[in-house]
Amino acid sequence: MTTAPAKAGWRFRQPSVIPGFGLTLGFSLAYLTLIILIPLSGLIWRSAALGWTDFWAIATDRRTINALQISFGTAFIAAAVNVVFGTIVAWVLVRYNFPGRRIVDAMVDLPFALPTAVAGIALTTLYAPNGWLGSLLAPLGIKVAYTPLGIVIALIFIGLPFVVRTVQPIMEEIDKEVEEVAATLGANRFQTIARVLLPGLAPAIVTGFALAFARGVGEYGSVIFIAGNLPYKSEIAPLLIVIRLEEYNYAAATAIAAIMLALSFMMLLVINLVQTWSRKRYG
Amino acid sequence: MADPEIKSYAPHHESQSAAVTEGRPAKAVLMIVAFAFLGIFLLLPLIVVFNEAFAKGLDAYTEALASPDTRSAIRLTLLVAAISVPLNIVFGISAAWAIAKFEFKGKAFLTTLIDLPFSVSPVISGLVYVLLFGAQGLFGAWLKAHGIVILFAVPGIVLATVFVTFPFVARELIPLMQEQGNGDEEAALSLGANGWQAFWYVTLPNVKWGLLYGVLLCNARAMGEFGAVSVVSGHIRGLTNTMPLHVEILYNEYNAAAAFAVASLLAGLALVTLVLKTLLEMRYGAELAATRGH
Repeated sequence: MTTAPAKAGWRFRQPSVIPGFGLTLGFSLAYLTLIILIPLSGLIWRSAALGWTDFWAIATDRRTINALQISFGTAFIAAAVNVVFGTIVAWVLVRYNFPGRRIVDAMVDLPFALPTAVAGIALTTLYAPNGWLGSLLAPLGIKVAYTPLGIVIALIFIGLPFVVRTVQPIMEEIDKEVEEVAATLGANRFQTIARVLLPGLAPAIVTGFALAFARGVGEYGSVIFIAGNLPYKSEIAPLLIVIRLEEYNYAAATAIAAIMLALSFMMLLVINLVQTWSRKRYG
Repeated sequence: MADPEIKSYAPHHESQSAAVTEGRPAKAVLMIVAFAFLGIFLLLPLIVVFNEAFAKGLDAYTEALASPDTRSAIRLTLLVAAISVPLNIVFGISAAWAIAKFEFKGKAFLTTLIDLPFSVSPVISGLVYVLLFGAQGLFGAWLKAHGIVILFAVPGIVLATVFVTFPFVARELIPLMQEQGNGDEEAALSLGANGWQAFWYVTLPNVKWGLLYGVLLCNARAMGEFGAVSVVSGHIRGLTNTMPLHVEILYNEYNAAAAFAVASLLAGLALVTLVLKTLLEMRYGAELAATRGH
């Protein structure tokens, strides 16, 4: 047969008997362009139009730097806390059987489903000095509501499902034989977990951390109620964007947003690299 | 159905030697830590919402919900979801068809672009529309000259909501349709069906539970979105206030009982979403995409 293989020149798509490629791809691209790409490039265009000196002045403004530091710092701490407790939660859900396991498992997704403003006012009420938890912590001299610690609490709430839902499926796939081999070779349970299981889970844990961190950096609704929003102290970057907008300072709002976007994309890139690396190593 | 090999891994078979499972004390500690963490961070906030909502009695609760501002906020939230969710359903199906059924250059890049809104702060999702349609925006002057109002009105709220809920349906359908392959559609086509028939009678029934799953998550976010909507809404009471924005206004006016009353409706929506989602996962787990989690 002389059916030449499809290497005859560059081909945008491989042939298929299924119809509708032009229609669906055309519509999807048009919709994507109108809703996402044009508005986002508008942001980039506006920040480029600022010019370097203006941009630099906004970027190095102390309030901007502090807000970025607070956003990234609290998101980092919250993601780290979630890595520890999220992994334990995932372990308990995957390995142990107890009544109501399915309900507990479903509840982990609550932060995905609960509107952020609702979470924000609930957490604030809980941790306010006269709240259920706030009144317990106050005698110890710990203030949560209206401090950066409150931001961390809100971001722990928001980020938890990212870690659990990333680690859980990988844990379910662990082959029990690996643990049995480790045990027969003389490892105690702690050694098996620390030396055998955790390294295999590491890529998933890192991905979960990155997702929770990225979400935390941009989070707004659940944070602004509990943060207290003191400039330089407990003011997050997304809030500073809103404040600049309300002052009709479009330039500053745009510049801060562009910096946040650039940092977020760098993180997205790192997430993708980690995932590719882990797939190569453990896939 | 019951595969003995899988069964032996199920958690209730825990008669293995101590070396492949934790000892009782370690197990107890881990469970206590997990439950305490979930209790403090997830359960308590949820209880607080309902506790505060009914703190001043049932009459205050119903009164708060019956107020004209609250009712118009509920109507607006339903309206915005009723417009933006179907838009994203059409997009999700269309994008999944193009990406899952065909091989073409740049497919991976397109899939990444679809997820883009998830990595953008909600506030920025609103800001981009202010930069386009605001008074100082790119199209601001043109819109004003033609008397078209987008910002601080319903169209702006819908746009911002569409932006933040953009990926939900697509990212559920793409892996699912990729898993299912093209065999069923090819069979339908070879039996004389046209493209629409193949989609309507073959593809859609195949992905219906996955589609419902995506719609559920999309809707929950659409009704609950705060940051993006807050930036484009203008907070005009009775006109451009969605339920989450109304919660904020009531709360900032120190009307906590009313704020939590409205919040309890949203929390109820979240609980219904979680229950339906869990039921779908239990009954139709095999017919949902393998990639779980957000």
